[in-house]
Amino acid sequence: MAVTVTMPQLGESVTEGTIARWLKQPGEPVARYESIVEVASDKVNAEIPAPTDGTFGEVIAPEGAVVTVGQPICTIEQGAEGASDGQAAGGGTARSEAEVEVRSEAVPAPEALPREVGPAAQAARSEAARPTVSAEPPTSPAPPAAPIEVPGRIAASVQADDGGEAAIVPRAGPEPAGEAASDGRMHVTPAVRMLAREHDVDLTQIRGSGIGGRVTKKDVLEYVQQRDAAGRRGERPGAQAAPAAPPGAPAAAPALAPAADLQEGDRLLPMTNVRRAIADHMVRSRHTSPHAWLMVEVDMSRVVRVREARKNEFKATYGVSLTYLPFVARAVLGSLRRFPTLNAQWSEEGIVLKRDIHLGIAVALEENLVVPVLRNADRLSLSGLAQAMADLGERARANRLKLDEIQGGTFTVNNTGALGTVLTQAIINQPQAAILTMDAVIKRPVVVDDMIGIRPIMNLGLSFDHRLNDGLQAARFVQDVRTQLEELDEAASLL
Amino acid sequence: MPVRTYVDAIREAMREEMRRDRRVMVFGEDVGAKGGVFGVTEGLQKEFGEWRVMDAPLAESCIVGVSVGAALNGMRPIAEIQFQDFILPAVDQIISEAAKMRYRSAGDWNVPMVIRAPFGGGVHGALYHSQSLEAMFCHVPGLKVVVPSTPHDAKGLLVAAIRDPDPVLYFEHKKAYRSIRGEVPEGDYTVPLGTARLAREGEDIALFTYGLMVHTALEAAQRLERDGFSVEVVDLRCLRPLDRGAIVRSARRCGKVLVAQEANLAVSVASEVSAIVAEECFEYLDAPVMRIGGPEVPAMPFARPLEDFYLVGTDKLEAKLRQLARY
Amino acid sequence: MAVARDVRSVTGVDAETLRSMYRHMLRARLLDERCWVLNRQGRAPFWISGMGHEAIQVGAAMHLRSGVDWVAPYYRDLALTLVLGMTPKDHLLSALGRADDPNAGARQMPAHFGCRRLNIVSTGSSVATQLLHGAGVALASKMRGEDAVTLTSVGEGATSEGDFHEALNFAATRRLPVVFLVENNGYAISVPADKQMATPDVADRAAGYGIPGVVVDGGDPVQCHLRCGQAVARARRGEGPTLIEAKVVRLTSHSSDDDQRRYRTAESLEEERQRDCVLLFAQRLDDLGVLSAVDAKVMRAELQTEIDQATLEAEQAPEPDPESALDHVVHDGAGELDLTGFAAAPER
Repeated sequence: MAVTVTMPQLGESVTEGTIARWLKQPGEPVARYESIVEVASDKVNAEIPAPTDGTFGEVIAPEGAVVTVGQPICTIEQGAEGASDGQAAGGGTARSEAEVEVRSEAVPAPEALPREVGPAAQAARSEAARPTVSAEPPTSPAPPAAPIEVPGRIAASVQADDGGEAAIVPRAGPEPAGEAASDGRMHVTPAVRMLAREHDVDLTQIRGSGIGGRVTKKDVLEYVQQRDAAGRRGERPGAQAAPAAPPGAPAAAPALAPAADLQEGDRLLPMTNVRRAIADHMVRSRHTSPHAWLMVEVDMSRVVRVREARKNEFKATYGVSLTYLPFVARAVLGSLRRFPTLNAQWSEEGIVLKRDIHLGIAVALEENLVVPVLRNADRLSLSGLAQAMADLGERARANRLKLDEIQGGTFTVNNTGALGTVLTQAIINQPQAAILTMDAVIKRPVVVDDMIGIRPIMNLGLSFDHRLNDGLQAARFVQDVRTQLEELDEAASLL
Repeated sequence: MPVRTYVDAIREAMREEMRRDRRVMVFGEDVGAKGGVFGVTEGLQKEFGEWRVMDAPLAESCIVGVSVGAALNGMRPIAEIQFQDFILPAVDQIISEAAKMRYRSAGDWNVPMVIRAPFGGGVHGALYHSQSLEAMFCHVPGLKVVVPSTPHDAKGLLVAAIRDPDPVLYFEHKKAYRSIRGEVPEGDYTVPLGTARLAREGEDIALFTYGLMVHTALEAAQRLERDGFSVEVVDLRCLRPLDRGAIVRSARRCGKVLVAQEANLAVSVASEVSAIVAEECFEYLDAPVMRIGGPEVPAMPFARPLEDFYLVGTDKLEAKLRQLARY
Repeated sequence: MAVARDVRSVTGVDAETLRSMYRHMLRARLLDERCWVLNRQGRAPFWISGMGHEAIQVGAAMHLRSGVDWVAPYYRDLALTLVLGMTPKDHLLSALGRADDPNAGARQMPAHFGCRRLNIVSTGSSVATQLLHGAGVALASKMRGEDAVTLTSVGEGATSEGDFHEALNFAATRRLPVVFLVENNGYAISVPADKQMATPDVADRAAGYGIPGVVVDGGDPVQCHLRCGQAVARARRGEGPTLIEAKVVRLTSHSSDDDQRRYRTAESLEEERQRDCVLLFAQRLDDLGVLSAVDAKVMRAELQTEIDQATLEAEQAPEPDPESALDHVVHDGAGELDLTGFAAAPER
């Protein structure tokens, strides 16, 4: 069997070698590893050893020939002749020589890359990258029938940046939509394209708030929300948008407020963002939830005793004052577990009972009303609640609340009693099911065992959304809170 | 929960790990008797002795190379390079040796070491005490690179880095040492390497950043919030490997993306994050992916006006965010 | 035995040890030759060898406890690794780029040694970096109060690198249990030693670091064995590092990519061939009556058979799976991380 010997690679980056001198003639015996030829390359001159025993066959590349690495240079006839030192034991030999044969012919030049990206593969990739949908822009914008206005805040910011006119843009009359770029085509980003497709929106119907009148993603989302809300209002007068609407997107005020009627001597307090935000929320809340209200009187004797006994030690240990608020909060948290429809949200598909209790504590500031949220409040002990609420209150007043502390609440407690009131009807904090007010603790004459006694009494008021709960559930809930407060275990640890 | 400064949190991580694991050691210039030029290792040599908290000769390649050797022989060294600017003489040991040891031995050897260095500017450190060179290492498979922005993460990431069986570069912003305070939980905890942190939730712009810039970002985001723009701030925390999932999630959610860093902008971490967003979030983009970072000068100069020109402060970041918001 | 007593009094080493030295040297030489052949046949893309260095490497390695002491070698240390327990097949797998190569799983060029089991630290291609690793390894041993010694080696060219200076300086400052071995063969690829440094002896530098420097005839395994033994003993006693400079000859070109006939004269090459330590030592052992020429031939045949068999097995071994190129970049999370400290407290 003839074995072909190929030009080896003598040195990295070497691609060819020159046959300098043959050391063997055809017919001469050859031992494995014996040198058979001298080869010269750019880097190295060397003698090439035979890969196998046998007889020298024929010269393929004569002296002087320049041979590319891997190309044949001669053959060796393998015979039964002469078991030399190079032979390995028995059965391995035939296989090793066959391996040798394969190797001699097929030594790959190290430079060759095993996997190459061919033109076909590249073409396939660019095919896949072609966009599947192209929104064909109109060559000239057509005036729409009923354009949707961009909500005030964003337009206001745009104007403020452009020229310092910080006035809120009012909802004026119809204006042309989709202000085109100078070449007459509308510039549409992938996100806008995707949304337009998903919601079946005609982009020419939308007035863009982006640069050059570009329709932005926000514009599309606002448009869709208002379109859907308008549609629903048309079909079912009482229903409202689902609570799962895009968070943070401001709902459109249903009716225009009257223009200011300023007469002589009147003074205008200019509209602020904060005032407007509160106003919008309150109006929306009333329009969304049919508010019902009930109250109970709570005998706070035990709570007062516990507080009096422990407040100094508490303050010394934790550095915060022990008020009535954590007692009420803890009772509320316990009751919410037993009456989950009060820790819930209304949706078109049904009442969503929220798994977690994130308790909002209303904080009245001079210029603002903030409801910091204590997440997973039911995991805290009474002292934990006290500390956490004190911390939230302090940071609320310093305007250092984090984002997840001003949203996501599932129930709100309003300590209106701190302001001195005895009876309050609060407005529900959307999208919650109810809001509890706790009014001032005031010593009153009450009937105890058919006698007159003096007891510290606090009124608990519950404003609740009558869609989720009826009077029965609301009353039971509030009774449960009361019971916990009135039957407080005075010996229990605050921890 | 106790409140710590950034530097205290770093020291606490090292102290607690050294108490827990006798293999952990600290090696660097001035770390022993002086306690480090920034006081990061103050008190450690007193507690653990001069072998476990060892003052090195003024030789960065030695600091890293010896640490590599010690790590190969059963220790868990924390090599300290005095300023990230001076890490360059050690780059051969870091990239040729530490990064490749596991790969080149097909898993037979590994180098469980941490290399710590203070980086970043705004402290009048000029060209050679203010640089942000982390991108160079983010390029190298076999390394991990982390940059904490809060004391909580400073401790948690350092503990995780010390326990990691491969080399981790841990860059601490020198301006943050005593100016950033935050809550640090008691007890044993780690922040897993390779995870980003959602520092602020938002939905209009996803702002990806790291290091001291996270705090600048939160300030800028708050300014925009008052005008109704909601900025989501993601603290990358780990620059190699990047938390691709977090990047993609926030980018897709917001549609507008700004990547901000103190380091020079060209061929940087911001470039890589932008590429990831472009590749994986194209259909969700509502604006071009934007970056903001250090300008095309070798490093920040000494004089205050020059340094301020270099740095991306709250005003510049806010302006860029507004520009993007307007698009 | 009379011969044995004479030998010991003459050489300081008994006959059995001498024969063992020679066997190690010859084994390394035969393996080295085989790898060159494989390269010239085009089957091993690259080879870099230690022919001419065998004596010093064997002399040094025989004082090291395999798997207990440590080695951070360089690419010519083939004989050293064989004495410590690596096999011809291990190196042939590496040369042929096979998956089971214990040094590197065929990820590195040949002669980039590494074996955790034998405490042979993995080496890369940046020269002199291993000197700092050696110092670090020694530092850890010292911190744990072990009597392990680390040997780390370089060629004379690499002593120009900054890491050489930094390693000796640090090891000397902390009196680490490490032996720095410089195998000076006079050439860094084509750059002769007098262009590499102004001092004729690398060992002269040791004084600058406050450690002893020793020049030894790298062609005389007995001298090498003696000097290395002293250095290792010093280290084990806690007296700190030693710099040993062994003068050797480089019998081959720098590597398979180099042809030293292009920058060295035929005369100088011939002169060095006359100083081939394997040939000279065989002659000496014959003269001493420790190993006759006949016995040496038998030894050679046995070793050659071992090499042939190893070649065969290596040739038949599988190549790595291409996708395995992605493995071992970082810890893959498999297996529990050892989070516990170890029991022995650092003594200092």
